[in-house]
Amino acid sequence: MTVPVLSVRNLRVEFVTRRGTLRAIDGVSFDIAKGEVLGVVGESGAGKSVTGLAAIGLIDPPGRISGGEILLSGMRIDNLPPEDMRRIRGKRIGMIFQDPLTSLNPLYRVGEQIVETIRTHLNLSEQAARKRAIDLLAEVGIPAPEKRIDAYPHEFSGGMRQRVVIALAICAEPELIIADEPTTALDVSVQAQIISLIKRLGRDHGTAVMLVTHDMGVIAETSDRVAVMYSGRIAEIGPVGDVVRNPLHPYAKGLMGAIPTLAGDDKRLVQIPGSMPRLSAIPPGCSFNPRCGFAFDRCRIERPEPIRHGAQSVACHLFDASAKDSAA
Amino acid sequence: MLAFTLRRALQAIGVMIAVGIIAFSMFRFAGDPVNQIVGIDTPAAEREQVRKSLGLDDPVPVQFVRYFANAVQFKFGISYQFRQPVASLLMERMPATLELATVATILAMVFGILMGVYTALRRETLLAKTFQAVSLIGISLPTFLIGILLIYLFAVTLGWLPSFGRGEVVKIGWWSTGLLTVSGLKAIIMPAITLGLFQMTLIMRLVRAEMLEVLRTDYIRFARARGLTTRAIHFGHALKNTLVPVITVAGLQFGSVIAFAIITETVFQWPGMGLMFVQAVQSVDIPIMAAYLLMVSLIFVTINLVVDILYTIVDPRLRSTVSRAH
Amino acid sequence: MTDAAVPRPAEASTKASRGTGWLRRALDSDIFYSFSRSRMTMIAAVITALFFLLAIFASVLAVQNPFDPAQLQLMNSRISPLWTADGQSPFLLGTDEQGRDVLSAILYGLRISLTVGVLGMLFAGTLGITLGLIAGYVGGAVDSVIMRIADVQLTFPAILIALMVNGIAKSILGNKLDPMSMLTVLVLAIGLSSWVQYARTVRGSVMVEKSKDYVAAAQLIGLPAPKIMLRHVLPNAMGPVLVIATINLALAILTEATLSFLGAGMPETMPSLGTLIRIGNNYLFAGEWWIVAFPGIALAGLILSINLLGDWLRDALNPKLR
Repeated sequence: MTVPVLSVRNLRVEFVTRRGTLRAIDGVSFDIAKGEVLGVVGESGAGKSVTGLAAIGLIDPPGRISGGEILLSGMRIDNLPPEDMRRIRGKRIGMIFQDPLTSLNPLYRVGEQIVETIRTHLNLSEQAARKRAIDLLAEVGIPAPEKRIDAYPHEFSGGMRQRVVIALAICAEPELIIADEPTTALDVSVQAQIISLIKRLGRDHGTAVMLVTHDMGVIAETSDRVAVMYSGRIAEIGPVGDVVRNPLHPYAKGLMGAIPTLAGDDKRLVQIPGSMPRLSAIPPGCSFNPRCGFAFDRCRIERPEPIRHGAQSVACHLFDASAKDSAA
Repeated sequence: MLAFTLRRALQAIGVMIAVGIIAFSMFRFAGDPVNQIVGIDTPAAEREQVRKSLGLDDPVPVQFVRYFANAVQFKFGISYQFRQPVASLLMERMPATLELATVATILAMVFGILMGVYTALRRETLLAKTFQAVSLIGISLPTFLIGILLIYLFAVTLGWLPSFGRGEVVKIGWWSTGLLTVSGLKAIIMPAITLGLFQMTLIMRLVRAEMLEVLRTDYIRFARARGLTTRAIHFGHALKNTLVPVITVAGLQFGSVIAFAIITETVFQWPGMGLMFVQAVQSVDIPIMAAYLLMVSLIFVTINLVVDILYTIVDPRLRSTVSRAH
Repeated sequence: MTDAAVPRPAEASTKASRGTGWLRRALDSDIFYSFSRSRMTMIAAVITALFFLLAIFASVLAVQNPFDPAQLQLMNSRISPLWTADGQSPFLLGTDEQGRDVLSAILYGLRISLTVGVLGMLFAGTLGITLGLIAGYVGGAVDSVIMRIADVQLTFPAILIALMVNGIAKSILGNKLDPMSMLTVLVLAIGLSSWVQYARTVRGSVMVEKSKDYVAAAQLIGLPAPKIMLRHVLPNAMGPVLVIATINLALAILTEATLSFLGAGMPETMPSLGTLIRIGNNYLFAGEWWIVAFPGIALAGLILSINLLGDWLRDALNPKLR
């Protein structure tokens, strides 16, 4: 068995505030294999972005990783000294943020920013780095890269800027790319292009991709596997086809029911009643129980642990075979 | 770019005309220009004669245009107290003020930026907190008290530095400089610190606030995610973005420094325009007051214009939107 | 950039308009959050209150009336503070050239400084709020004229404008003014030099409020414009105005002191703290430091405490601005 590129084990992230400690991530575990795209989906505040930031070591105080471990190709990285972690960022893990308009420093030419990043991580001369930068811009689909390299960020459109951001993320051939809502800030017409670009780059370079988004459509299109997050936990994780066609967790069911399909014209879209609890008021037991139509007594007391169910893994008492038997 | 500069220049001229109207009103209505020419005991008939010969019975707009035309040629009339042309009095004192203001601004910029960056990056250290406390005191302490304190310490008690004046000056053409002699340099230390202290605290607070703001931006987060060194992020990315607004403010503050020099010059008996202006206010020497207002406004407006243009050079976004718009 | 010290109008007004409980909420969260900071604020508040009390009861506390020449004796001149070798009772902080008790002079001077400061602040506030309301509510040409004047004035430091107003007033009213007229001139000069912040803030709030439905409703039922502005729009701008007023009070006291120090303020027959410092400065070289030091400490302490209060008030009313 090959070692996964990213392996997250029982991760916990807490934010210390003046009103007490909030647990943003509570016992999250998942793997991403080489060349695999893992989609992470959930409502805002579910902990998707925090998981991504934790993996790249960018959780800032008052937040901190308070438990679990993160392994990059088998090497533990969550407890590395800051300077060692910095060398990993950009070199072995690339990151793409949501808003390409604000991700680039407006005062520097894009070429300067790419060359700077390349030379931070690779031992290249100025000329060699510039040549590489031009190749990268060409690879991410920017026309006339040898000219555009000397342009300022504001001279690019949103979609083109996101391509520059992607070029920056892959400029040192990372093993893993974390893309945090990479298409949310873009026009719908551009979204598909960026998605297919990320997909192609992942395939061409064998890069593992962690794609964080709230858009199930994007996940269905790109991902190999999908993790559904709900208030800091993974509700369900599994191959994208299985989860989309046959979601197990009641929350995942609701989420899939909320996607409009071309075929299901006469069916009403299902919506999940209520909203996700705030971090300061997470109910005991299963955090989804107040909104769950299938909740029973146990859901209000005991927190469900992930249970394997075919290729999927689901954190729900409904699928606890032993409990079901004893109840029956 | 050219159109932008032109538009700014037009605005500047507008401000100057407004200030000109105020200066003219002061000159014409608050002070009686006839007093420049005649003594206090001159009979009324003779005064009337002078009034006519000066054209003071012409319509007011005509007088204004005349005043303005004279002002443009630096003819501001005769000082009541000195009985000399105001322009030559001002010119004589201008180098002293400009040298003081420049040295003070340089001090304020260098130390303000250094302290601001330090307090932003090492927020929790004792030194940073000390800087913060000092800056609050610096903003609260009246300039003249700081000056008096310095004089008491370094002139009266220790006897290291002169307590007043410019020291020895050297003439370079019409410009007199104190920066080329030892006594001149010694003389400028305390006034420059006194004058620069307030600007320094201002710049420090601004740099700190801007730096903290910039450090929270997405592009800094992205720069960190790219694995750039802390050094490159702080001094390459954050500082450059911080300095754009700081340049503007520091530039605009230069005008205020010249105006604040009034106080410093009084404390240290520094022979500049400010000291002359205070004496003019005390003795109600309207021509000097009006001329000082015009001169200082001219300096203000020129600086604003230069800063605006500099701003477009530093910030590529502005440069291209400006050139693209025209 | 100059209004870095003052809440941005739009932000501040949306905060204030969110509900009547804003003060309660601010008290709830921000004072208790940083106790060390608020302890400093408490001290500042106590010191400020103390200064006001000292000024009010100056005539009771002082050993002499420093403005009454009959009470001054030249044989008492230049006595050093009580704790030094040459100190003499009852002159705790020593005496000056004319045999004036320094502490008494400070108490009476404090009274003058605070009177001018408070009146100057009130005048600036009234002027600024009125112009801001008019500019924001009427809009159009009136607005642009008022705000253009404000812009131009803002480029000049308050002290320069105050000196100008001072000089012009003196040239119109005559150079030798009696102390009371001088006091009026100072209030006028301070007010005219510092109304801009109020006007900008109030105008900003009015612009935000004006577009809201309740103002339209008030207009519909035929309420007169001044009434709408005072009763409905103004209260929403009060939070930031309070902050400006506090900081402005410190500035007004400072401006008065500076003018007096420069010899363009209160005369020596009725000295404010600034005048006392001006007088004392002349004796510094003779080693008589106490004549300038104590008024200086009083002035610095007063301004610092009020500034601290203002800083705290700004943070409490608008936590977003640090």
